[in-house]
Amino acid sequence: MTALPATTAKKLGLVIDLDTCVGCQACATSCKEWNNGGYSAPLTDQDPYGADPHGAWLNRVHGYEVGEGDKGRTVHFPRSCLHCETPDCVTVCPTGASYKRAEDGIVLVNPDTCIGCKLCSWACPYGAREYDYDDGVMKKCTLCVDRIYNETFAPEDRVPACVRACPTGARHFGDIGDPKSAVSQLVAERGGFDLLPEFGYKPVNKYLPPRKQRYEVAAAPSRATETEVATGAAIEKLFAWVDRVMSR
Amino acid sequence: MHPAYSVILFTTASGAGYGLLAWLAVGAVSGVLPLERWLGLVGFGLALGLITAGLLSSTAHLGRPERAWRAFSQWRTSWLSREGVMAVATYIPAGFLALGWVVFHQVMAISAVLTVLCAIGTLYTTGMIYASLRTIRHWYQPLTAPIYIVLGLASGAVLFNALLHTFGFVSVVLTWIAIALLAGGALLKVSYWRAVDTSEKRYTVEMATGLGHLGKVRPLEPPHTQPNFVMREMGYTIARKHAEKLRALVLMLGFAAPAAATLLTLIPAPLAGLAGSLLAVPAMAAGLLVERWLFFAEAEHVSMLYYGVDAA
Repeated sequence: MTALPATTAKKLGLVIDLDTCVGCQACATSCKEWNNGGYSAPLTDQDPYGADPHGAWLNRVHGYEVGEGDKGRTVHFPRSCLHCETPDCVTVCPTGASYKRAEDGIVLVNPDTCIGCKLCSWACPYGAREYDYDDGVMKKCTLCVDRIYNETFAPEDRVPACVRACPTGARHFGDIGDPKSAVSQLVAERGGFDLLPEFGYKPVNKYLPPRKQRYEVAAAPSRATETEVATGAAIEKLFAWVDRVMSR
Repeated sequence: MHPAYSVILFTTASGAGYGLLAWLAVGAVSGVLPLERWLGLVGFGLALGLITAGLLSSTAHLGRPERAWRAFSQWRTSWLSREGVMAVATYIPAGFLALGWVVFHQVMAISAVLTVLCAIGTLYTTGMIYASLRTIRHWYQPLTAPIYIVLGLASGAVLFNALLHTFGFVSVVLTWIAIALLAGGALLKVSYWRAVDTSEKRYTVEMATGLGHLGKVRPLEPPHTQPNFVMREMGYTIARKHAEKLRALVLMLGFAAPAAATLLTLIPAPLAGLAGSLLAVPAMAAGLLVERWLFFAEAEHVSMLYYGVDAA
């Protein structure tokens, strides 16, 4: 059924740290490698060695330049399915192939019943679904549903391939619906945010903002100078105190 | 949005088919037309032929056409599924109506009424597939679905008029209905373009990335060297720069020319009716194909925010 579950027992998802991501593409290639077997297989490419190579990838890493001049910075930006709580990509599906799991909130496409009409990709504002031109069905991030519950794996491998591959620890996996989980605490601590919350699909995946840059920290009131002045004569301590009071 | 030729053919051909079906039903139940066997046979053959050809063409757009039957299952949530259900359901009253007309020379009023309702319902569900997509500002418009209904009924009326003149029946009322629908269609389409051109771009790349508090966001390193599916499907921009010319072409070919040709049929001269009503058909068809193509080509998708579009 393409009706959405009223609630899901868990909200499994990713927390992506835009501060520590270095744009190495390891998550994207690891995703492609893992998903070319198992649930999403085959994950085909077209014209791979020709003039117009392209194919279905479930994870894409953009690089953006943000801000102007010396305040500009590069932000590496991984983008994949956000496993939204109320997405139209599920409800528009005419066959029931696109569905959201009640047990963990993962949004999946059943490759055996998808007719490849592409309407779900039209309904996604995040561009997260990619049609497989050779397989004739829609492909998307499965949150590595074929890894995370796989008891033949060592516990540390029971995470999505992208999380396992990230060399900087910029990708975290867990239950975002549980406020006590490590990912939820990380989101709370770092001010994790939703992409395009205005759209109203309620993404489960969260993004952690880049930390302040050096110039932003330096622009804060300089306590070092005040402390230095305040170590002088008593009158200077008084002036420093008055300065602090008046600066408040 | 990338214009899928199979979908363009489907919505225009089936649209005209459902329109013709509705007018045949109205003609039959109102008693203004003789239930002449050949008129019925050709009329229903043409209507159901156009509908069936369109429906078959639409499956060419699918990656797995052999699974198309599955699309009838999710009518509770999906407008595409509802369209499939309505499209097939229409065959039932239309079949009874055709049978009554062609074989028994009398029709059950209920089959005619249901045929009209199903035909209009199918046109509406087609429109709603597009009108329900919040990701596409150009489609998420109150006029999208009504335009599908009016253009279907207008092209059906033009076909019906040609059919009647071919068989030597003349209905001045229908001629004026066709002209009124063409005028109404043109008016709706112009209002639609005005609404689209002045609609607010509600989403920005800063919202899409959540990085607006750091300043203006600009793409620096693309994630891939060649366009992927999302860019090919959602980032289609060819011919957008010709939009003004193509819109004028739609108004000329799709509305003005068939309306003028239909007006010709009112001239009491030999062959004027036949020539005018037949000429209106190819003009309308060409105009509607351009209209439908432009409907896709002009549509902008929110996902392109990640690929260098500032607002959508």
